[in-house]
Amino acid sequence: MSSATTHKTLATLLAALIFLGATPSGDEKRISIYSTVATYALPVLDRNGREYVGLLEILEPLGRVSATVEGQRWKLRFNDVDSEFVARKTRGRIRGREAELAAPFLIENSRGLVPLSSLTTLLPRFLGTPVNFHESARRLFIGDVATQVRAQLDATNPPRLVLNFSAPVNPTISTEPGKLRMLFTRDPLVPPGSETLSFDNKTITQTTFSESNGSAELVIAGAAPLMASFSNNGRTITVAAAPQGAVAGRAPTPEPAMSGVQSGAAVPAPPVVSNGRRLVAVVDPDHGGEERGAALSDKLAEKDVTLGFARLLRHELEMRGFSVLLLRDGDTSLTLDQRAGAANASHAEIYLSLHASSQGTGARAYTALLPVEGESKGIFHAWNAVQAPTLALSRSVAAAIVSELQKKQFPARQSAAALRPLNNVAMAAVAVELAPGPGGIADLPSAEYQQKAAAAIADAVASLRDRLGTQP
Amino acid sequence: MIPRHLVIGVAVMLAVVLSMGIYLRHMRRRAGEIQAAAADARPVAPPASGPTENVTLYVADDAAGILRAQAAKIPLPGGRQQRAEELLRALLRIYQQPDSPHPLAAAADIRSIYLVAPGAAVIDLNAAFADEHRSGILDEQLTVNSLVETLAVNIPGVSRVRILVEGRTRDTLAGHADLSEFFDVSAVAQAQ
Repeated sequence: MSSATTHKTLATLLAALIFLGATPSGDEKRISIYSTVATYALPVLDRNGREYVGLLEILEPLGRVSATVEGQRWKLRFNDVDSEFVARKTRGRIRGREAELAAPFLIENSRGLVPLSSLTTLLPRFLGTPVNFHESARRLFIGDVATQVRAQLDATNPPRLVLNFSAPVNPTISTEPGKLRMLFTRDPLVPPGSETLSFDNKTITQTTFSESNGSAELVIAGAAPLMASFSNNGRTITVAAAPQGAVAGRAPTPEPAMSGVQSGAAVPAPPVVSNGRRLVAVVDPDHGGEERGAALSDKLAEKDVTLGFARLLRHELEMRGFSVLLLRDGDTSLTLDQRAGAANASHAEIYLSLHASSQGTGARAYTALLPVEGESKGIFHAWNAVQAPTLALSRSVAAAIVSELQKKQFPARQSAAALRPLNNVAMAAVAVELAPGPGGIADLPSAEYQQKAAAAIADAVASLRDRLGTQP
Repeated sequence: MIPRHLVIGVAVMLAVVLSMGIYLRHMRRRAGEIQAAAADARPVAPPASGPTENVTLYVADDAAGILRAQAAKIPLPGGRQQRAEELLRALLRIYQQPDSPHPLAAAADIRSIYLVAPGAAVIDLNAAFADEHRSGILDEQLTVNSLVETLAVNIPGVSRVRILVEGRTRDTLAGHADLSEFFDVSAVAQAQ
């Protein structure tokens, strides 16, 4: 193995380690709870071969709740309902009447744990409303919250699969050869009449619904690369074959063999740089975790808008053949140095930082406003001015983004900002701040509005792929 | 008969107790004066006086997302540092008007400006300035640019500016604009 390859492998591993360290493990068991009051997920604990969950944690988002421990007795009050459980006993009392548990009640660090399988009997007695528990998938529906989906294939040329949802949805979308996956972690999506729908069509062949570990997933199989677009305020997702123009301009380097590639499938060859490597884009949804960013409204935090926006941008860039590293794909926090470190270690061609603001309209594209540079040695720039050699290219990308946004009727302008980690990134780096459109603040979380902006940004980045691929 | 050394000892102790009491009374009066001074919200320094001068203030306009040069006549004291402080306070008064194009908190203030090493200026903001500032790249950067440009254009020789909050380094103004480094005046001017 050559030295360059070794370095590249180590850098990729480092980036992966940083990324994995900042995001929760995908193997962690969890239960998702959907109600009209709140949608949330909680960790599930394995005890004595059974799955348990904290009872107070389940009820906390749904009303006023308090709990006390008196020796082996655990007392909980939810709104005006009193209950009492005893450690290692399978019987408790709710509203003065006995309640049977499927396994012994546990007390751990003052937390009362109940078996997952008992939730269907316990919760209605606290809440006074029926619950529907998909136990194998650990998805709990309280009251009438289910979101239904109806799939309809429009066999025009090119064919389109129109998915109509009974409420707005915001899935994480990913693509792989021959498949488009939509992962619904926060949407109470329930199975359609049949979990597998087959279509008599050569382009879009099948839709499969599955659910596990607190999430639901729709997989659309096709014989061509597929892309999804949102409309109707997130109530409709249209899946169609990716237009060839979206992957035009690529070099004729063959795609490495990938598992799961269907025979004869037209897999889009990605844009490549001179050494045959795929162009890599780092998408950074700013803020996250405790760091909420700007309060865009009473309920809307900047960190949530940037995450949804980043997922859509990832999809748009992937559709144009880029490999995308999303720096956070959940509500996790990263320091600015971690963000810069992960971007630099990935050896990507472009870094896109995403922000949102309630001020102004449209969108703004920012490049680094470099501070007075620290001590630099020869060709090595100080940490606060790592961006200096690529600033001109960054400005070109920002100008292209503004131009593409304006084509889509977004009021947009370009400027410079003292915004870390733009100045610490050793590649073309642009921050995009999404502002409200004609619909006001309600536009910011709108999948349709975000999709439009994401497509414009991806078009701009793709238009500069040749220059991005020849960065020093 | 009480031994003489005992009488002397008691007398010394009484003298010490008496002097401690007087000292305590004095300290209580001092503490009261300090507390009263701290609660006094009246400005410590007199309003600026001196000949009125023409200056150019760079006023942020949120709607347009730019700075607008605005001529103003304000009384400026003689000292370079005091002039810088009065200049930015005049800018701040515009932002604190009800119809401000870039609203800042009513309690926001410039604590001090230090003109230190050749070409370097340090602006020390009070906590309310930063704590109550709206969060967002555009909002925060306009504030920074406005302060830096106004200072650099009216105080000759300033080439880099640092912003502190309550005398301390702060990572960002309100979550976005980086305050941990010196701003390069020429780079800020080009960013407009």
